[in-house]
Amino acid sequence: MTKEATLEPELSHPMEELLRMDRIPHIWCPTCGLGTVVTAFASAIQKLEIGLDDIAVVSGIGCTGRVAGYVKIDSFHTTHGRAIPFATGLHLANPKLKTVVISGDGDLISIGGNHFIHAARRNIDLTVICVNNFIYAMTGGQVAPTTPLTANASTMPYGNFEQPFSIPYLADSCGAVYVARWSALHVRRLVTAIAEAIAKPGFSVVEVISPCSTLYSRRNRLGTGLDLMRFYHDNCEIKHGADTRELEIKFQEKITVGKFIDRDRPTFVQSMNNWYGKVFGDEYEPYEGAVE
Amino acid sequence: MPQDLPAGPKSTTAKYWRKPLDADTVKVPHGELHIVVNRCKGCLFCVEYCPREVLEMSQDFNVKGYHYPEVSKDDACVNCGLCEMLCPEFAIFCVLEEEGGGGEA
Ligand SMILES: Cc1ncc(C[n+]2csc(CCOP(=O)(O)OP(=O)(O)O)c2C)c(N)n1
Ligand code: SF4
Ligand code: SF4
Ligand code: SF4
Ligand SMILES: [Mg+2]
Repeated sequence: MTKEATLEPELSHPMEELLRMDRIPHIWCPTCGLGTVVTAFASAIQKLEIGLDDIAVVSGIGCTGRVAGYVKIDSFHTTHGRAIPFATGLHLANPKLKTVVISGDGDLISIGGNHFIHAARRNIDLTVICVNNFIYAMTGGQVAPTTPLTANASTMPYGNFEQPFSIPYLADSCGAVYVARWSALHVRRLVTAIAEAIAKPGFSVVEVISPCSTLYSRRNRLGTGLDLMRFYHDNCEIKHGADTRELEIKFQEKITVGKFIDRDRPTFVQSMNNWYGKVFGDEYEPYEGAVE
Repeated sequence: MPQDLPAGPKSTTAKYWRKPLDADTVKVPHGELHIVVNRCKGCLFCVEYCPREVLEMSQDFNVKGYHYPEVSKDDACVNCGLCEMLCPEFAIFCVLEEEGGGGEA
């Protein structure tokens, strides 16, 4: 029985000022965690009191990539895998802008993996929020470089035999200055981590383990997104400062979450200014951006 | 206490009344819940993780055909905001009940 009236509360939802409400409801499936990640990101902006003109979001392609279309701040939905190079250009033209990449595990670590490792190596001042649902969701559940061993994917119908990347280990070894992992259920910690990552100068990575109910969960008979949330609740172990070599995610086994890396290293722009300052002395005018 | 709060397709704006419990010393915040019924996709995150078990799923369907949360326990919401943070559909939120806004029940 469906009732007809559609009444809105007198007050509007606090997220509405940060979302393009004309595009809501979003395309994400029931019990998908992506909407929760958007709330966490928007709450981090509110927490930091960043002006909405002082931050930009760049996404690649995928279910996660759709985030760029829903946030009411300057954003760009790039081609597949190219969120980081686009964001690098945006940041270098205007280093004062907070530039945040929000994209999927496939987009950032597979086709975009090369950009990820070099942006980390160069310590480009970006914040990367990588939503890891262990799969290429948008295209039908193909294996990703993050799919746990033995998990089923449409291109691994007998289970995955490829060793996956651990995103925090990859980010750490390539030189990221801030690395954290949380699940979509740890939403308050996630807000803090995203806020810390945005505030941190340099290449910061926040991995978010998030339920894909329609593909990952269904292919692996894990139930709905709520069942995955329950799994995170029972199996995530908080271990700040954990050795990133020990963060592999095994299929339906315990997941270590926490803040693993928080260190200081000159950013790309700082290194350039320091070096050219040394080489050219007073003749060199430190670069602060090309945009007024 | 009214168990049957304004149900159905309306956005359920539950009104909570502050009880004078340790009123001088301990302030227990009370929340006023707002549910945008037709935005909900019935994921149950809010119902499952509310620390006060304030919510339960409706018998009715919203226009999209999903069950949606309703307030099942009067006076119990502590305005912690977890339902609001977890909801992937931006369909539920909570505001702090104004001090003295309701008076006694
Ligand atoms: C150059 C190119 N290759 C392949 C695709 C097809 N494609 C679209 S999204 C996607 C994978 C997305 O996976 P992920 O980044 O994990 O996002 P999710 O949907 O899981 O959030 C692929 C392979 C494409 N759009 N462009
Ligand atoms: S396919 Fe998976 S990741 Fe994509 S919207 Fe649906 S549940 Fe979310
Ligand atoms: S604000 Fe907290 S206590 Fe109130 S309904 Fe939501 S989760 Fe429950
Ligand atoms: S969390 Fe949101 S979408 Fe899920 S049941 Fe509650 S109100 Fe509906
Ligand atoms: Mg993915």
